[in-house]
Amino acid sequence: MYRYDNYDHQMLADRVAQFRDQTDRYLAGKLSEAEFLPLRLQNGLYVQRLAPMMRIAVPYGMLSSAQLRKLAYITNHYDKGYAHFTTRQNIQINWPNLTEVPDILADLADVEMHAVQTSGNCIRNTTTDQFAGVAVDELEDSRAYCEIIRQWSTFHPEFAYLPRKFKIAVCGTEIDQAATQVHDIGIYLIKDANGEVGFRILAGGGLGRTPVIGQEIFDFVEKKHLLTALEAILRVYNREGRRDNKYKARIKILVKETGVEDFRKKVFKEWELIKDSALTLTIDEITRCQKFFDDPDYQKLKNSPPQLLENLQKDLLFAAWHTQNVKPHKKPGYAIVTVCFKETGVAPGDVTDRQLEQIADLADQYSFGEVRISHHQNIVMADVRQDQLYELWRQLKNGAMSSHNLGLLTDVICCPGGDFCALANAKSIPIAESIQRKFSDLEELTNIGEMNINISGCMNACGHHHVGNIGILGVDKKGEEYYQVSLGGSSKNNASLGKIIGPSFAQEEIPGVVEKIVEVYKAKRQKDEKFIDTFNRIGLEPFKETVYAKAD
Amino acid sequence: MQKLINKDGSVENHWTVLKTATGPEILQVVPGKNFIVPLTFWKLYRQQLDDYSGNIALWLESDEQVDQIGEALHSLPLVALNFPVFSDGRSYTNARELRQRHGYKGEIRAIGDVLRDQLYYMAQCGFDTFELRHDQDIEVCMDAFRDFKTGYQSTISEPTPLFRRR
Repeated sequence: MYRYDNYDHQMLADRVAQFRDQTDRYLAGKLSEAEFLPLRLQNGLYVQRLAPMMRIAVPYGMLSSAQLRKLAYITNHYDKGYAHFTTRQNIQINWPNLTEVPDILADLADVEMHAVQTSGNCIRNTTTDQFAGVAVDELEDSRAYCEIIRQWSTFHPEFAYLPRKFKIAVCGTEIDQAATQVHDIGIYLIKDANGEVGFRILAGGGLGRTPVIGQEIFDFVEKKHLLTALEAILRVYNREGRRDNKYKARIKILVKETGVEDFRKKVFKEWELIKDSALTLTIDEITRCQKFFDDPDYQKLKNSPPQLLENLQKDLLFAAWHTQNVKPHKKPGYAIVTVCFKETGVAPGDVTDRQLEQIADLADQYSFGEVRISHHQNIVMADVRQDQLYELWRQLKNGAMSSHNLGLLTDVICCPGGDFCALANAKSIPIAESIQRKFSDLEELTNIGEMNINISGCMNACGHHHVGNIGILGVDKKGEEYYQVSLGGSSKNNASLGKIIGPSFAQEEIPGVVEKIVEVYKAKRQKDEKFIDTFNRIGLEPFKETVYAKAD
Repeated sequence: MQKLINKDGSVENHWTVLKTATGPEILQVVPGKNFIVPLTFWKLYRQQLDDYSGNIALWLESDEQVDQIGEALHSLPLVALNFPVFSDGRSYTNARELRQRHGYKGEIRAIGDVLRDQLYYMAQCGFDTFELRHDQDIEVCMDAFRDFKTGYQSTISEPTPLFRRR
């Protein structure tokens, strides 16, 4: 993974000192609440319902075992012993003291980490496929480009006070696992007619109040023009994005109101100016960044070793986990393991300090000392030997991390909701739990197959409910917490936004509603059809009829 | 006069910013001054301004664009860019447009809600002078220019991005 040099270290040290000084001035009453606000946000610090919440950046989800151990320490020393994986591959702690935040940032800097630009109206953490570099269907490893974008966007002096937050995702695989099309900028690695790899760049996607799929701005950009193209888009957005209304300030509204043709013209006008400037990427820089993501020392191995086959035969629980949580790897004899953090009774994405340490140990033992956080709020060990899968699984089982519901109905994506978040209309964690309790039978879950549920406690859509096969949104109905259900969303290649099924439901009705939806799907599906495909074939009506049918 | 600094310290402020509500009579009433006038004023009263006995510069509101100045830009000794509130980031882009697109060589001044914690980024984007909000402490503000030793980007003050320097 990327390693800091003296420049990176110096910049981060400068940043920690800067924020320490800002915090001191704020606490001494020399900096007003309003003036301190964007400064603390751009250092990852929210003030929440119960305490400040701190969001730590995990660039494109990559973590080393040393970083995991530091996070475990921070979680234990400054917080209450647990942290939370977010839907944008970051990690949050919920109970830090404001006065200790500069110390936390200094601790993070020791392991080349920070909380820079994880919040506020600036360019946020760039995200990508959690299988980058090991996926079988990958054109090129996207992480080198994510790192190039990370550096360009970090402390960018022109774009620190944008109209609103700005999120970029990069996808290098055939199957899009990064929800690329619902980002402010979505970047696909593609090949042109001559076989040259470059980028297709979309802008104006997003979730939140007004969910939109991004539109194409550049059909093909050569690699060297990546940063100039991004800078051109950002410059148009910074100058022309709406600042009169917070809810209309995202780039998706600007693209819509300007019209994609005119927006593209404006971008190209900016791009012409800087296209061949010093910001044009050099081959040296691309190669330098790619080197950090070179393959680890893989052994020469064969697929499906006898020990694995034997253990799959004799241990059914292991076999179930293997079916759901283990995916093919580009190298023979290796596998990609996802550790699913969706145990019933634990808030989706929550992890204890002890578990963070265990993951670090297991990563050292089985996966070259690195892991990734997925936007599904799980942990990926990307380079596990197939002949060690059984051993790894047994150790995960001991640490209560062997949930084998990955990609199934109970692998719920969920925001912290009304239990923690000041913005929420309604709780979301208990909803996730009630669904998980309803569907506790693994055989039944496997029978239902791939189907995802996304829950957001409010319209800001941190749980990405618009792109859930089943989306659940907390709404406020005369002071009561209600839940609106939508169907048919997807964040994959054929991204689609869910359709609202009808009037909202009370909290206790939700598990029953999900059950009815599942029943309709099971009755109507053809052969191995996935839920999303059945839905696209038969539409909303059959579900609506059953869900709202009056009991006889 | 409001406190004015550049990267090296306190500087004397020879210019007065005219508010948007000001009428052309001021040019008769107060002769021989240095005025920074709003863009609309400058467009409406070009003749009076040309005849004025003092010096004239102009300022842009954050929602006005550099293109609106036109050809006369290069004869202006100074262009000021306003921050109606410190969190309005448009003037950063306007400053870069002035330098990068139009090759403007004169002084670019930050006016309005100009605070200590934004000065470093402003300086990177091409601002030369900073008219501080009345409550800002000059000494505290001077520290701002040392917030970072270097940055990753290609900026006005350092056009060569770090990847071409490391």
